[in-house]
Amino acid sequence: MMKTDLQQVLNQGHFAVTAEIGPPKGSNPQSIVRKTEQLNGFADAFNITDNQTAVARMSSLAGACIVRQQGMEPVFQMACRDRNRLALQADILGASALGIHNMLIVTGDHQSKGNHPHAKGVFDIDSIQLISIAKNLRDMHIFENQELLKSKSPQIFIGGVSNPFVSSIPLRVDRLEKKIRAGADFIQTQSVFNLPRFEEWMDAVRDRNLDDQVHILAGITPLKSVKMMQRMKYHVPGVDIPDSLEKRMLDAEDVQEEALLLTDELIRSIKSIKGVHGVHITALFWEQKIPEIVKKSGLLPR
Amino acid sequence: MIISEQKPFDELLKKIGRRSVFLFGCSECATLCHSGGKRELIKLKKKLIAAHVTVTGWVILEPACSLTNNEKIFEQYKDQIDQADALAVFACGDGTQVVNSLFPKKSVISGTNTLFLGVKSTITSYQRRCNMCGTCIVDEFNGICPITRCPKHMLNGPCGGSEKGNCEVYPDMRCVWEEIKEKAEKLGNYHSIFHNVQPAHDWSQSHILKKER
Repeated sequence: MMKTDLQQVLNQGHFAVTAEIGPPKGSNPQSIVRKTEQLNGFADAFNITDNQTAVARMSSLAGACIVRQQGMEPVFQMACRDRNRLALQADILGASALGIHNMLIVTGDHQSKGNHPHAKGVFDIDSIQLISIAKNLRDMHIFENQELLKSKSPQIFIGGVSNPFVSSIPLRVDRLEKKIRAGADFIQTQSVFNLPRFEEWMDAVRDRNLDDQVHILAGITPLKSVKMMQRMKYHVPGVDIPDSLEKRMLDAEDVQEEALLLTDELIRSIKSIKGVHGVHITALFWEQKIPEIVKKSGLLPR
Repeated sequence: MIISEQKPFDELLKKIGRRSVFLFGCSECATLCHSGGKRELIKLKKKLIAAHVTVTGWVILEPACSLTNNEKIFEQYKDQIDQADALAVFACGDGTQVVNSLFPKKSVISGTNTLFLGVKSTITSYQRRCNMCGTCIVDEFNGICPITRCPKHMLNGPCGGSEKGNCEVYPDMRCVWEEIKEKAEKLGNYHSIFHNVQPAHDWSQSHILKKER
């Protein structure tokens, strides 16, 4: 069975780096090509988001295809908000046929939070069900309706997400365990700003030996500006930015320099936490800083 | 019951335009949730007249969702209904379509938005309780419906957007998964709900158009 680069890096026990590329609000492939040129060699694989925050953009499958054409490895993101089980399975098969083999499955932010709040949300299935469906397509060669595939099953490395920062830790870890049971091979977490809480969550993860069963990549987001930090702190569901961090950013003479310093501190701390197998960098509107971040934190060469 | 609310008065006036109207209410749900009971229709009639709309009459159907019960009532109001250019219905979407099928030559105006099947939780508030998906799984979640009460219909919740135990979409409401968890802890079946992967829901009955009995 073929293995993706990301899968190989993780299986060999190396510390992995993935980075996020948001597709454009338009049909020009160049904005993705430009980002891939900036980021080539600075991460093992590149996530292409799927109508992230419920804002309509170029499709993640098309974006992943463009990344692939540049000779880099995409992580094709799939949200359950916009497609039913027929369309999602079709895209899993299609992605694999196009040479896209890493997938990240999410339920998706609710459409009321995005730029088409009058849209009908699909939510035919949830992320855990889709993970299980994807695994069955791959390992059991069956569709969700139990019908057998008629040709090659998709070669996929299945990812899920986890948010260590909302509700109680046992409940979050139970849900992580459910994702593993459903078939998740790797997990990318919500961006870490509250390090003590993340460590507490990781303690609970290790207590159950879940770090042996799944590769955990911790989310990293450099906060480009005070405005962006406050938007994330107060308006993005599920993000936990402690007051002390807000103060640090507000007091900083040079906000961007402080943000990069903080990012470096976070990556170094996270790297030393047992059971964390990599980082996933989401530099919203600041992708050009990813090479510097990766270099500075000693994560090269990739 | 079926929870409905009256459309904003300005929107209603726009729909009516220069036409004369006869008003229909309903003795059941629309009365209980104050969108089309006797009191509401009398008030509405006054407001419409003040806005220079001709109201030829009004009646409360008993109830509006029955195709068979109301024939006698219509005899009594025949003239008033005939005089009206349009029939404005203050009942659920079902009631509105019942009126439409009883008066195929008349134009019908829906005076309400039908919101959900739910419960009256206080005198002035209502909560969604059932999406009528046709394949009930409420008992599998200890009597609480995650399909209805989670805006993402999640059967393996809670999602990553719930904050401090509240819903991502309606932050002033408790996440239904917190309620399911609490009840599961009391009943001792937490494991079966929160550890086992709950399979995809069967939506095949959610679009049936009729039921013979």
